[in-house]
Amino acid sequence: MPKLKIDGIDIEVPPGTTVLQACEMLGVEVPRFCFHERLEIAGNCRMCLVEQEKAPKPIASCAMPAADNMVIHTNSPRARKARQGVMEFLLINHPLDCPICDQGGECDLQDQAMAYGFDRGRYRENKRAVKDKELGPLVKTIMTRCIHCTRCIRFATEIAGVEELGATGRGENMEVGTYVEKALTSELSGNIIDLCPVGALTSKPYAFTARSWELRKTESVDVLDAVGCSIRVDSRGPQVMRVLPRLNEAVNEEWISDKTRFAYDGLTRQRLDRPYVRRDGKLAPATWAEAFGEIARRMEGLAGTQMAAIAGDLADAESMYALRALMDALGSPNRDCRQDGAAIDPAVRASYLFNTTIAGIEAADVCLLVGTNPRWEAPLVNARLRKRWRRGGFEALRLGPEMPLTYDVTELGNDPAALGAIADGSHAAAERLKAAKAPMLIVGMGALARPDGAAVLAAARRVAEACGMVRDGWNGFNVLHTAAARVGGLEAGFVPGAGGRDVAGILGGAASGEIGLVWLLGADEIDMQRLGRAFVVYQGHHGDAGAHRADVILPGAAYTEKDGLYVNMEGRVQEGRRAVFPPGEAREDWKIIRAFSAVIGRPLPFDDLAAVRAALAAAAPLFATRETPAAAGWAAFGAPGPIAAHPFRSPVDDFYMTDAICRASITMAECSELYVRGGVAAHTGTHG
Amino acid sequence: MSAAIVEPAVFAFTPENAARADAIIARYPAGRQQSAVLPLLDLAQRQHGWLPRAAMDHVAAKLKMAPIRVYEVATFYTMFNLRPVGKHFLQACTTTPCWLRGSDEVVKACRTVLGIGVGESTADGQFSLVEVECLGACVNAPILQVNDDFYEDLDGPATERLLRALQNGETPPHGSVTGRQTSAPAGGPKTLTTLTFDAAPAAEGGE
Repeated sequence: MPKLKIDGIDIEVPPGTTVLQACEMLGVEVPRFCFHERLEIAGNCRMCLVEQEKAPKPIASCAMPAADNMVIHTNSPRARKARQGVMEFLLINHPLDCPICDQGGECDLQDQAMAYGFDRGRYRENKRAVKDKELGPLVKTIMTRCIHCTRCIRFATEIAGVEELGATGRGENMEVGTYVEKALTSELSGNIIDLCPVGALTSKPYAFTARSWELRKTESVDVLDAVGCSIRVDSRGPQVMRVLPRLNEAVNEEWISDKTRFAYDGLTRQRLDRPYVRRDGKLAPATWAEAFGEIARRMEGLAGTQMAAIAGDLADAESMYALRALMDALGSPNRDCRQDGAAIDPAVRASYLFNTTIAGIEAADVCLLVGTNPRWEAPLVNARLRKRWRRGGFEALRLGPEMPLTYDVTELGNDPAALGAIADGSHAAAERLKAAKAPMLIVGMGALARPDGAAVLAAARRVAEACGMVRDGWNGFNVLHTAAARVGGLEAGFVPGAGGRDVAGILGGAASGEIGLVWLLGADEIDMQRLGRAFVVYQGHHGDAGAHRADVILPGAAYTEKDGLYVNMEGRVQEGRRAVFPPGEAREDWKIIRAFSAVIGRPLPFDDLAAVRAALAAAAPLFATRETPAAAGWAAFGAPGPIAAHPFRSPVDDFYMTDAICRASITMAECSELYVRGGVAAHTGTHG
Repeated sequence: MSAAIVEPAVFAFTPENAARADAIIARYPAGRQQSAVLPLLDLAQRQHGWLPRAAMDHVAAKLKMAPIRVYEVATFYTMFNLRPVGKHFLQACTTTPCWLRGSDEVVKACRTVLGIGVGESTADGQFSLVEVECLGACVNAPILQVNDDFYEDLDGPATERLLRALQNGETPPHGSVTGRQTSAPAGGPKTLTTLTFDAAPAAEGGE
């Protein structure tokens, strides 16, 4: 335990701590550009120079291990002079174009130049100019601004796992880029925008649209996958201008996927901003009263069992609870939140949660992936797996479709029967799992959303039990969800009641005429053809598949427009907050259901958000908690049975096109075209 | 700017070079094979004359490295030519000692005989001239390096003679063009001109 003195204060730090970290422990701020907590130390910007007594010259505190008897001065004249010198060198080639730079106002270089910059330039020669690089539709580059901190290079190499960025050339001719012009093939690429301490890498969709100080910042959670990343929604007036990650060590650390970050332009397109009623086969604009009246009229004469509700992937828990309460009031047990028909057992919590927790992945040493492609289904879970893999002593095994991941995987083929063999111990992988100290398995929706899903789930449970994955203090059984609403729906009881129909039963009933009315709460991922002649109410925010089929459209709010609770795949209850108001006549979803319940004379017993949440928490105590998910009890689940031979298939065919918001986003469409369908992105501006 | 570079689509080591590459890679301990990147790039450049991207990709694949890591190395070292160079690759040293000894005359001779300046190539692809920093043979300044050979103690006329010989397909002997032995004094020995050996100091009692 080295003891050292920093600015006159004694401190004892754990071995291996750097001087800069020791300074931070004391709350002493040391300026830096290249150093980043989650990246390897580069030590090349020299901004963190501090004075060390008895050292011949200032030391780079980010790379210097703290040692006994060091005496450090972080703010001595010598340290300040050294930093001023570094700053002057950095500014030699940096264009002082802050007025037209998108980083302006949130730029590390700008901030630190205020503290260490010289009030005029002494450099009379020409500044160097660097050709901009084309990194795809998300990241805009102005490489002349680059100060060569290499954070983006290290992020791509270490975190994203795509070694595509590098520094070519040397000295004054050094350039950061891909050398061969190509877009970054990572679904985490947007994070290099946040990492860039200057305006060299900025957001292309956000370019020149707003200044950081004009934006209202709302802390919320992401709903575009089931990870539930912590985000900050930046809005101006009625519009979401950008989405940024928020630090959450337990979930997303400080990264978010490109879908989370860039799909926001979909929030302004294809929106349902007023009610519609289908008249003479065409959807016609209507008032709320007309829409409600039409639904009430069509409900008359229908028994409760002839009505059904399906919740979509983006629904918040309050609206699902409200819809469940409405269906209960109508006497309908037919409701389901599992659009894809995944054979999840709602009775046993451990059967549908990511029990290990996302942070818990770091304690695992072997991971079996079953029918899942985490890179596309949950990029941040994949990033965590890569983080664990990089540390060494970790092996990933995969039973499922071969898709490129960002770590080495031992392939076990794609024969679902192998799952049974692993459980029986007759498969070679069983030995590997049994020998592991902390084995885990991840079952994807690709393995569960198939007719034999219950049998697959049972086999996965047997694997977990046979290989010692479930024991005191460790649960290695994990289900990887793709829908943000799924766990919330299961917890809120949005599953078939006694004798009720599930999604397949509802669709079958609608096709055969046994179900006369189907209420879709943002459900767009079902086969609309199978709804037959049923009267369809679509409550949602985008004119997607569900709205096209609907007979009545009730315009709801997207996730940035309402306060809502979401439960992520770990069972973590998180609050999404309203950043902007819903467009036009659209309203928050639980309010729509509450208003309709009054129209049919069965008013639901809540009038404000607090009351809904209280009722929800009374029905499902989990919703009274926030953040920390409690361990779920283990019990038998799944239905043993034959597993079909046809191979597993990931439910996400196109990472950039998974829900109604993404499908309305131009940015996501460009990404899909470039990365998934393999087209060539149209070069913009002066390129190409 | 010179004309667009025609990059070959594919590159592969010849069987002999592939064997040499394997021998080079085998020099490094297990898990450190990527250390062979520099010798392999050199081998590729010697085979192809210059270093096209396909060659860098080939080396990357051979060493199981990300291509960008090889690009970084290849662009860092100036002795890798990332664009075609002439059959005779002239590297004139113009660092201070060579310059003081008349490297300007060497560069001027290239202009006179070949019609090319620094950074240029002759149209027939025979000669390319570049300016380089110290070649480490200052005692024999000025120097013109032609491919792997040093021609030393040059002046204008000597450079012209050298270039014309190269044009005629000859390969003049490398080393000092004035004929002095390595870096011995230019006008013959100044010291130790006669070898006289004094009798060894008389030692009492013999050896």
